[in-house]
Amino acid sequence: MSSVEKSSVELNAQQVWDGFKQLLPISLFVVIFGVAFGLAAAQTGLDDSSTLLMSTLVFAGAAQFAVLDLWAGQVPIVPLIITVFAINARHLLMGATLYPWLRDLPRAKRYGVMLVVSDANWAMSMQAFNVGKPGLGLLLGGGIALWSAWALGSWLGLYFGSAIQDPVSLGLDMVMGCFLLAMVIGGQKNLRMLIIWSVAAGSSLLAYRYLPENSHVVVGALAGGLLGAVWMEKKVEH
Amino acid sequence: MNIESAGFGTFVIILIMAVVTLATRWGGVFVMSFVPINYRVQQFISAMSGSVLVALLAPLAVTGDNGARLALLTTAVVMLLLRKPLPAIAAGIAVAALFRQLSVAV
Repeated sequence: MSSVEKSSVELNAQQVWDGFKQLLPISLFVVIFGVAFGLAAAQTGLDDSSTLLMSTLVFAGAAQFAVLDLWAGQVPIVPLIITVFAINARHLLMGATLYPWLRDLPRAKRYGVMLVVSDANWAMSMQAFNVGKPGLGLLLGGGIALWSAWALGSWLGLYFGSAIQDPVSLGLDMVMGCFLLAMVIGGQKNLRMLIIWSVAAGSSLLAYRYLPENSHVVVGALAGGLLGAVWMEKKVEH
Repeated sequence: MNIESAGFGTFVIILIMAVVTLATRWGGVFVMSFVPINYRVQQFISAMSGSVLVALLAPLAVTGDNGARLALLTTAVVMLLLRKPLPAIAAGIAVAALFRQLSVAV
């Protein structure tokens, strides 16, 4: 990604639609996660409209599940903010990694696209960008697919949540993990990257064990990033 | 400080969650708009983008059950062989499901 191709930062309706379609398969699984969330929210005591409002406005599954754990007659504000921030802090890093491809967009578009950034569409668009393909359609269209799936699933969960009693025994808890792993392996692979990833994995595990909850993603990602900044690839002149 | 988790309070909680989440979605782009993008920054970004995923996955692989580990292993192997994400993901999930069904049965 030493130079950003002009064609890779275009964004038109066709690309958004293509991105939407490309993220549809994984969105089907997001519907199932949504169902699980809708069910869990109802069991926690949220009313139906609050559950739907949360899924449409927040659109961050892991954080939403974590807030259900905090839910009681009184919800403490500071732990609420810290929990949501820590779990979603990876979005900060995702935004930073996307910046080279977003900076030429008008400000409204740039921040508009970021409204629907999530793990899956970010990973797919980064993979496209890194090989010089257009990725903004994947980001926006894919994000819309994921967001719709999450909202739809949450709504279905209010009514049909009991249909999926044990998602774990069906392996459904592994969907996102396997998807993200496939993205990692589909990306750039060389000895330098492998070492950077090992450092990221090791730091993440140490943070997971010894640092405050939910800090591991940011710690691991920053460790990998910093190593990459110190140990740079030989520059290929264009 | 606490918020009542009923009526209007629920709405306030959701609003706080939405604002904090949006801040994380916008914050990285916003901060980067003040950072000059030189070669070192590009290298930082590209190293970090894979590292985010690895850092997310590492505890899953280490603390997960054997079904989770086998799922990730299967996805990795199929992905390396076929270079196609969908079969790799499907195989991973299938292995997790199969393993867990079998370990219940035994």
